Amino acid sequence: MKKRVFLDKKAIDRTLTRITHEILEKNEGCEDLCLIGIRTRGVFLAKRIQEKIKKIEKKELPLGILDITMYRDDLFKIKLPVVKKTDISFDINNKIILLIDDVMHTGRTIRAAIDALMDLGRPQKIQLAVLVDRGNRELPIHPDYAGIFYAIETGEEILVKLKEIDGKDEVIIVGTQ
Amino acid sequence: MNWTKKDLLEIKDLTKDEILLIIETAESFKEISLREIKKVPTLRGKTVITLFYEPSTRTRTSFEIAAKRLSADTINISASTSSFVKGETLKDTGKNLESMKPDVIIIRHSMPGAPHILAKILKSSIINAGDGAHEHPTQALLDLFTIKEKKGKIDGLKIVIIGDIMHSRVARSNIFALKQFDTEIICCGPATMIPPYVEKLGVTVEYNINKAVKDADVIMMLRIQKERGGISYIPSIREYAVLYGLKKAHLENAKKDVIVMHPGPINRGVEISDEVADGEYSVILDQVENGVAVRMAILYLLTGREQ
Repeated sequence: MKKRVFLDKKAIDRTLTRITHEILEKNEGCEDLCLIGIRTRGVFLAKRIQEKIKKIEKKELPLGILDITMYRDDLFKIKLPVVKKTDISFDINNKIILLIDDVMHTGRTIRAAIDALMDLGRPQKIQLAVLVDRGNRELPIHPDYAGIFYAIETGEEILVKLKEIDGKDEVIIVGTQ
Repeated sequence: MNWTKKDLLEIKDLTKDEILLIIETAESFKEISLREIKKVPTLRGKTVITLFYEPSTRTRTSFEIAAKRLSADTINISASTSSFVKGETLKDTGKNLESMKPDVIIIRHSMPGAPHILAKILKSSIINAGDGAHEHPTQALLDLFTIKEKKGKIDGLKIVIIGDIMHSRVARSNIFALKQFDTEIICCGPATMIPPYVEKLGVTVEYNINKAVKDADVIMMLRIQKERGGISYIPSIREYAVLYGLKKAHLENAKKDVIVMHPGPINRGVEISDEVADGEYSVILDQVENGVAVRMAILYLLTGREQ
């Protein structure tokens, strides 16, 4: 199996810095902005974006954790996942919610996340930031902020590794090429 | 850790990992009941039947609320208003219900082993909500969940179970569950209510309540099972209340952070005094709250099991 490093530690950090600036530009600051990371790796990316915003805007944004298992559309078709905790301790009503995940693929995870958020309240807006957009959408959902776009070819897989859980920061492509 | 069992019939069946998986899953489901919109779509399209041949307030309501919060459809059947009174057998009732394609049947019956009979002949998942004096697995699981939540752990705790051990399915299920962990279990009650086999389950027997509760982390009170003849094992309720009713003074011998549990319904002034039942050490209503989360977890795991 061939392995190619697509983004290394520095590149991931630069990409997150760029996304952070785009978020602040589009929202003209961070008024009403709340961050919600999708388990598992979205949570760590959300924490990093929270820190970057704190450095720039001198403001610590609320950060929540969302587990989408209960909202999956393939729940009884796959090996049953362990349900982890959703932990959103702030009121999401009328807030601008920035959903954060590591990889965007079919769009089904984000559909589930949006449904989960709607059950918690009525946000003013929901935006989406992902580190990697790998294409191949099955639903009409697109990220507002994407770190990199890479259209996956058959037999390839793109993996995001983060030091908080994988011990190392890198985005790698494994596969046949 | 994957869930593979079709049914939840008894704690004796479960491994420690399975118990921990249920508790971990329940911890995640608990938050749903605290929301403004207390519903998630997880079990959409699943049908859950509760089939109760014995009276129940907590357990049945708890199962129904758990199923509804997961978006399953629920149907409740009580023996008194069912064809049971016309002479239909349990097997026939089960087979007939199965024809309507329920995913889960939750049964409470006065006959030990009744859920096991249904589990053998039906494709639906069967949950034992109490079978005679045999087991009440979901009660033990919610008790362990509550202990873990309040104490932060289960290992290393001293747990005292006081009352009609002989007729208590709650005591049996709890002993089986707690023995999977590194716990010290003491059973206390009148000699007539302590079954002869109980020490073989790995518990210690103590007839004096003052000695039993010494340094206890958890005190579990049980009511006298009048419907199983419990009352004929003691000279009088009044004597029982004097000797085995838990009063505030008893708690002074226990650990400072002791918790007092009771599966309900409580008989105030008999096995538990008002000041204990309503006092700062009581977690009786937390048990009821946690019951919903634990039952949500069990419904989720059973319906999503690996086939």
